[in-house]
Amino acid sequence: MSTTSEQTRDNNLITLANVSRFYGEVLGINKVSLAIPPGITSLVGPNGSGKTTLMNLMTGLIRPTQGEITVLGISPEDPEHLCRAVGYCAQFDTYPKGLTGYQFVYSFLRMFGYTHEECDHRTMKSLETVGLVDARNRPVAAYSKGMRQRAKLAQATAHDPQVVILDEPLNGLDPLARAEAIALFEHWGKRGRHVIISSHILHEVDRISDQVILLSQGYVVAEGQIQNVRGEVKDQPMQILVRCNHPSQLAAQLFQQNHVVEAKLHTDGRGLLLRTTDADGFYLLLNRIVIDSGLEVESVAPADDDVNSVYQYLIGGDGGTI
Amino acid sequence: MNLSMRQIGGVLRLELKKTFLSRRGWWVYFLALGPVLLTLLHWLLEMGRHSGRHSIGEDSLVFAGLFHFYYLRLGIFFGCVGIFSNLFRGEMLEKTLHYYYLTPLRRELLVAGKYLAGLATALFLFVGSTAISFLLIGRHFGAAYTDYILHGPGLSQLGSYMLVAALACVGYGAVFLMSGLFFRNPMIPAAVVMVWENLNPFLPAVLKKISVIFYLKNLCPVEIPIPPPFNVMVIDADPTPFWIAVPGLLALSVILLIYSGLSARHTEISYGE
Repeated sequence: MSTTSEQTRDNNLITLANVSRFYGEVLGINKVSLAIPPGITSLVGPNGSGKTTLMNLMTGLIRPTQGEITVLGISPEDPEHLCRAVGYCAQFDTYPKGLTGYQFVYSFLRMFGYTHEECDHRTMKSLETVGLVDARNRPVAAYSKGMRQRAKLAQATAHDPQVVILDEPLNGLDPLARAEAIALFEHWGKRGRHVIISSHILHEVDRISDQVILLSQGYVVAEGQIQNVRGEVKDQPMQILVRCNHPSQLAAQLFQQNHVVEAKLHTDGRGLLLRTTDADGFYLLLNRIVIDSGLEVESVAPADDDVNSVYQYLIGGDGGTI
Repeated sequence: MNLSMRQIGGVLRLELKKTFLSRRGWWVYFLALGPVLLTLLHWLLEMGRHSGRHSIGEDSLVFAGLFHFYYLRLGIFFGCVGIFSNLFRGEMLEKTLHYYYLTPLRRELLVAGKYLAGLATALFLFVGSTAISFLLIGRHFGAAYTDYILHGPGLSQLGSYMLVAALACVGYGAVFLMSGLFFRNPMIPAAVVMVWENLNPFLPAVLKKISVIFYLKNLCPVEIPIPPPFNVMVIDADPTPFWIAVPGLLALSVILLIYSGLSARHTEISYGE
């Protein structure tokens, strides 16, 4: 009974068990173990951290040097089944020469064995989703970079895969197209699909991700919901922004506590940014101060539980927002 | 139509769309069109001459030389290098092979589809070129040449040349599709194969038989001897009969394709990053 339920659970996950991949002597990823549930998962890390290697492994384009991978219970060694469940939009701005947008999507759908009518229907639907119906008869080579990116998205998802893997999908998109693409990813995520995204645009990734996987030099540095990941970074005091009517008075009282290591008054005189090593203790203390002193608090919010901050704490350097 | 056939059909259509008459392959079309232009020029020049014409037999011998030394050793050989070795290697260079690898298409079927598309192109270009050149080379003889073709040995010769050209495309196609799958620079194995094929007349009888050209030469209707001083180094070998040469070449090609298909199952996408 439990074996069956475990199997059912595994059939809904992307699992990597102790997976390593070396390119000769160069490390791609090392000893990565993950169980990725449905929803939007972002892969975050600097160049060369192993994001693309991880995506290529999930799609069977490369094989692990050691370890095992399954995608919804399907092994990448079985591409005939895997590729029906997975759509991969690779990072390369390349496409077969001489094809129009319509032909680009349609031609590869034929490899799925669909009839002409079904290929045509899926192609039109997919092009409509990314807003390329009017440009469908123009050569892909004549598209702008943003249009090519959208054509690649249409091609990768035209067969309606349960797992959508997108390597830097927002590159080259203008703000409007970017917003539309993000809305599409959110729609897919809400429908229970796996959407795996690697992106340098951390603030947008942060907004839509259900969970984040942080990679550095081939290792998984952290994974999970970003707030939980932030909570695990104990050596970096938590930043909290308090908007209230007397921030200097609040600062004076907070400084009496050992766990408050820094407090900065906001330039508008109505905010206080502080750093504490004990966030739970701080919230209890703040409640007491508000009751005792009658302080009017507008808002209290963590200021560094986003991907960008966690990225800086765990990996170092700028998160690299574009 | 079953799934496999639909998938092969899909690859075939896409490959023909991409590769047939593509700008990248201009030199292959030049290789195929070269003898056509030459024989066309020959016809036009001979039409203007009123005396001192040579015989149909001499033109037939000239065509045999053209076929042996140009088509077989140069045109079809390098044409197949250009067409077939790029089927996989070209896509690796352009970083587009992953589009195929991300479809539920068995890699063996991908190899088959690509090979058929390459073969269709090669057959169209080189068998077509052979036929047109043959028809043009004696065209200036007018009715006599028509009679030579329809009632003399012409038609049989034309059929043989077309068959040999087709078999050359089949054989070299399989060899160079495989080399494109395994070698980063397919010109290296192409050079090795070319040296081997050109050394064929001078090799011992046993080694002679491990080549494509040996079987093809035996199928040609007119034999062209090696000119002096190289003729003294030629080692004779018993010609292979038609019923062994043709199925033998086809079988060799099928074996190479099966091996390529099985190997393709284990290939990874590595764009040299």
